[in-house]
Amino acid sequence: MNFANAFTPERLQEAWNCLLTEFPFAVWETLYSTLLATLFAIIIGLPLGVLLVTGEQKGVRPLPRPVMSFLNVLINLLRSVPFIILMVMIIPLTRVIVGTSVGTVASIVPLTVAAFPFIARLVESSLREINPNIIETAQSMGATPMQIVLHVMLPESVPSLVTNFTLAITTIMGYTAMSGAVGGGGLGKLALAYGYQRYRYAVLYLAVIVLVLITQVIQSFGTWLAARLDKRLK
Amino acid sequence: MIELRNLSKTFMTGDGQVEALKHINLTIQNGDIYGIIGMSGAGKSTLVRCINMLERPTEGSVLMDGRDMAGMSIKELRQMRRKITMIFQGFNLLMQRTCLKNVTLPLRLSGVDRKTAEKKGRELLALVGLPDKANAYPAQLSGGQQQRVAIARALATEPDVLLCDEATSALDPKTTHAILELIRDINRKMGITVIVITHQMSVVQEICSRVAILENGSVVEEGEVSEVFSNPRANATRNLIYPESNGESAIFPEGGQRIRVIYNGAIASREPMIAKMAVDCGILASILGASTRSVGDRAYGYILLDIPGGPEELAKAIAYLSAVPDVMVQVEAEYAAKEADV
Repeated sequence: MNFANAFTPERLQEAWNCLLTEFPFAVWETLYSTLLATLFAIIIGLPLGVLLVTGEQKGVRPLPRPVMSFLNVLINLLRSVPFIILMVMIIPLTRVIVGTSVGTVASIVPLTVAAFPFIARLVESSLREINPNIIETAQSMGATPMQIVLHVMLPESVPSLVTNFTLAITTIMGYTAMSGAVGGGGLGKLALAYGYQRYRYAVLYLAVIVLVLITQVIQSFGTWLAARLDKRLK
Repeated sequence: MIELRNLSKTFMTGDGQVEALKHINLTIQNGDIYGIIGMSGAGKSTLVRCINMLERPTEGSVLMDGRDMAGMSIKELRQMRRKITMIFQGFNLLMQRTCLKNVTLPLRLSGVDRKTAEKKGRELLALVGLPDKANAYPAQLSGGQQQRVAIARALATEPDVLLCDEATSALDPKTTHAILELIRDINRKMGITVIVITHQMSVVQEICSRVAILENGSVVEEGEVSEVFSNPRANATRNLIYPESNGESAIFPEGGQRIRVIYNGAIASREPMIAKMAVDCGILASILGASTRSVGDRAYGYILLDIPGGPEELAKAIAYLSAVPDVMVQVEAEYAAKEADV
């Protein structure tokens, strides 16, 4: 194996061809597994994050302490398992849900399981940024806990939630690259299977550059959107 | 009528119990503007939060037209809170919502449909003098304007009682005056009972008819504002009315006889009474200290005089000054005694 050989004109030509033939589908796989996993993770993680804040002893709807402890332990547990190991650990669950543990669709299950505790913590931190006086004000108006969540807490934290969800998307996209190791599709698989294992380093680098570009675009869009939605800025 | 009966609130903290309120008894008549004043830490905020049960009192009851709020279920309380609304020092508007949405929020929460709520919201914004700010966001408004939006929001559910928790403390004097004017207007036009929590005597003086002075969780004095102002009995009240009087005794000469001439709503500029006393009685009093305030066109406050000579001159001076309308004279024996201790 000679690293210098990886960037000869022939290899570069090969990588270019690969970019035209293989990359579009890989990008598509990366994007849809990322976005679907993020969507499912938000569906599970958002209510969980809300409960983490409202269920506190001083929250708007306190939950029994054991329930709160259970939620916190569950989230910490899932957050502390490295993604590459989590993927393997939950293969049985993936089989039950998708029918197989291999492929891009199957990779959405471990991605979701890894991401929802992360989302829950992000939502929790967004909601904690809200001025507690505003919640007290809503209580003084006779708002129910549900109304406080829907009319006050979530709308007030929209810019912060957008910023945090952007962070989540870029992190989950990083995970999709890892899922290439156990059968998930996308740019990660392309880089590993094609670029690394077949010594086509030009392809590997190209895949990384494309990932960086996609991350940049998503991050910039998220930052722009959060600023645009924030009515505190004139 | 709001009656606080033997109201107490104890907080449990890491270091033990803190008695924030101790056996408070107050009666607030409908349509009054009632001031509750105290230094920071006196328990004002806790007291106002006990009135709408944002804090459940540890003991005692809050009667709203005879109904005990302390015994209500959370559901009944939510209904009740639409009739006892609140404005705050920090305005507490939703920053991500337009002014109109802020004003209509309490209506939407109580299930009023959007169209009706927005119509009412626009009327209220006009009432508080901001008809053109419906689509502006709070961040685009000044503090005074934000408080006006908060007032409009507090009026949305047509409350019977408006609680003002240090509502003007974050505002400059001119804006404070304008907001107080608005609150008084609302009180007059709509007959809403207003409870004003403040640490500023000037606020009480400007709009309140009655006042309670809170110190360390207890009511130390209560009554008509003019009465409490002219003749403050509790030390806490004196400190609030005459914050500068703490340094008074420092300038006292040794011995001597002192009297406190109290303006009880006298028209101060009518007669130069100290000068006239010098001419009429030949008593050349020294002014040791003074603090007066005008409430409306009348003066309240005191002048502290040192009267030279013996008891005879003292009696003469007292008789002379007491004869002036709306002026009271007290001999300052306690101050002399205090000095002797030091």
